[in-house]
Amino acid sequence: MKKEIICTVCPRGCHITVDGEGETVTSVTGNSCQRGFTYASAEFAHPVRILTTTVRLAGRTDTLLPVRSSRPVPKEKLFACMEVIRSAEAPVPVRQHDVIIENILGTGADIIASASFGTDD
Amino acid sequence: MYELSCDVAVIGGGPAGLAAAISARENGAENVLIIERDNALGGILQQCIHPGFGLTRFHEELTGPEYFGRFVARAKELGVRSMLSSMVLEVNPEAKQILATSSEYGLTRVQAGSIVLSMGCREKTRASIMVPGTRPAGLYTAGAAQRLVNRQNIMVGKRIVILGSGDIGMIMARRMTLEGAKVVMVVELMDYLAGLTRNRVQCLDDFGIPLKLSHTITRIEGDRRVTGVYVAPVDENKKPIAEKEEFVACDTVLFSVGLMPENELTRKGGIEINRITNGPCVDQHMQTSAPAVFACGNVVHVNDLVDNVSRESEKAGRAAALYALGKLPKANRTVTCMTGNNVRYLCPQCIHVTDEAETAEIYFRVLAPQEHVRLRACCGGKVVYEHAEFRVNPGEMNHVTVKTADLTGEELTVEVIKED
Repeated sequence: MKKEIICTVCPRGCHITVDGEGETVTSVTGNSCQRGFTYASAEFAHPVRILTTTVRLAGRTDTLLPVRSSRPVPKEKLFACMEVIRSAEAPVPVRQHDVIIENILGTGADIIASASFGTDD
Repeated sequence: MYELSCDVAVIGGGPAGLAAAISARENGAENVLIIERDNALGGILQQCIHPGFGLTRFHEELTGPEYFGRFVARAKELGVRSMLSSMVLEVNPEAKQILATSSEYGLTRVQAGSIVLSMGCREKTRASIMVPGTRPAGLYTAGAAQRLVNRQNIMVGKRIVILGSGDIGMIMARRMTLEGAKVVMVVELMDYLAGLTRNRVQCLDDFGIPLKLSHTITRIEGDRRVTGVYVAPVDENKKPIAEKEEFVACDTVLFSVGLMPENELTRKGGIEINRITNGPCVDQHMQTSAPAVFACGNVVHVNDLVDNVSRESEKAGRAAALYALGKLPKANRTVTCMTGNNVRYLCPQCIHVTDEAETAEIYFRVLAPQEHVRLRACCGGKVVYEHAEFRVNPGEMNHVTVKTADLTGEELTVEVIKED
């Protein structure tokens, strides 16, 4: 199955065509550099994204805690992750990079605080 | 009236102000004060919860709060003072005084050795582009919606049309989709994307959100709440083609139609403003037409990457510190920066050649997308910089680097020329 991928590694934005089946890549064309090859191959076989959103803070309705996944999660699991995060609540105080949800949906990524709240810093 | 004094006063505690304040401290200014109207530092990055910041500067992908968090920590470490919930009313460049009103201290006068302007920018609105139609609820600028959704826990709508393919608009398209809204389409007047390609891929394509290039909203419908918009393709003169107009039902319209440097204080202070950037004219030290006043970040020209803002602001902070200490090198002569082929504006607008050998970076935006080009800078009949670029795009800032010692002429021309 052929797939066209716009490379996001640099502003050049090459249109790369990747051919293959499932996680097996058979050909990559249209890339201008090795980084583009690596990006397009990974994007074809297993696209991942950093997920960022917010969670409620315990006892607060007027403000939210920004959170992120500690590492990229599979693209197809973004909405499922959002469902889990929606029902979560962060304690106050919370420090930047505290884990809010561990190993979300078995992806190996934690949902961590992007900022501190209720601490001195 | 409450009175304060400092070596360097920084107006605005966003990424530009933070970087300038840190750099001022690191370059010898003892007493650095940030005046910020919000109740916290960080500026717009407080609501930019998405990743993509710091790729150039830190070689990792940070969210907005993580990016500015590093600067806040450093500023604290260096003993930079900040006056929050304080609105500056007036800047007097000659007296080096700032008049502000503060929730805590009331009317306050700050006597500074030098001043850094880092007030950032604000969004253009529906009024700026004059979209016809009714005036119902449900019309927001993309950034206002971003603040409501990300910081105040207020969801702005369920079925959304976004006008303008700027980065904030695309980022909000993804954000609203993740929060369960339906983003019907992103409508862009130009025949190219206004924002970064990366955002098109990760914010629109990932979620199957259509991008309508060369289209515009011709009118807005709705009595109490938006019920929909009419969308039409435009001809080569950007005029809507009326017979191809279509109704698109929605309850919310987000405008992502550009940013305007916020320069009321600058204008009132009599500082020279550039007609194209709408920001103060500056030299390579980010010094404005008023010698004691420096400026940096989006108040000078709208940037697409915060990494560039931090870099530029460090120059402003350093120069402001040196000025306050009486150590900023005197200019021997001035070289004016001139726009050449396919260059919309240059920043800085002039270079002051001093006794010091310096390297100056000149940032610019092109007028139109172009491929296989060379970026070239000429001065006194000599080429002082040349670099090949595969593609240039109005949405992505470019720069040239020149050695001030090479600038023998009175004018420095920067141009983008087609590779033969």
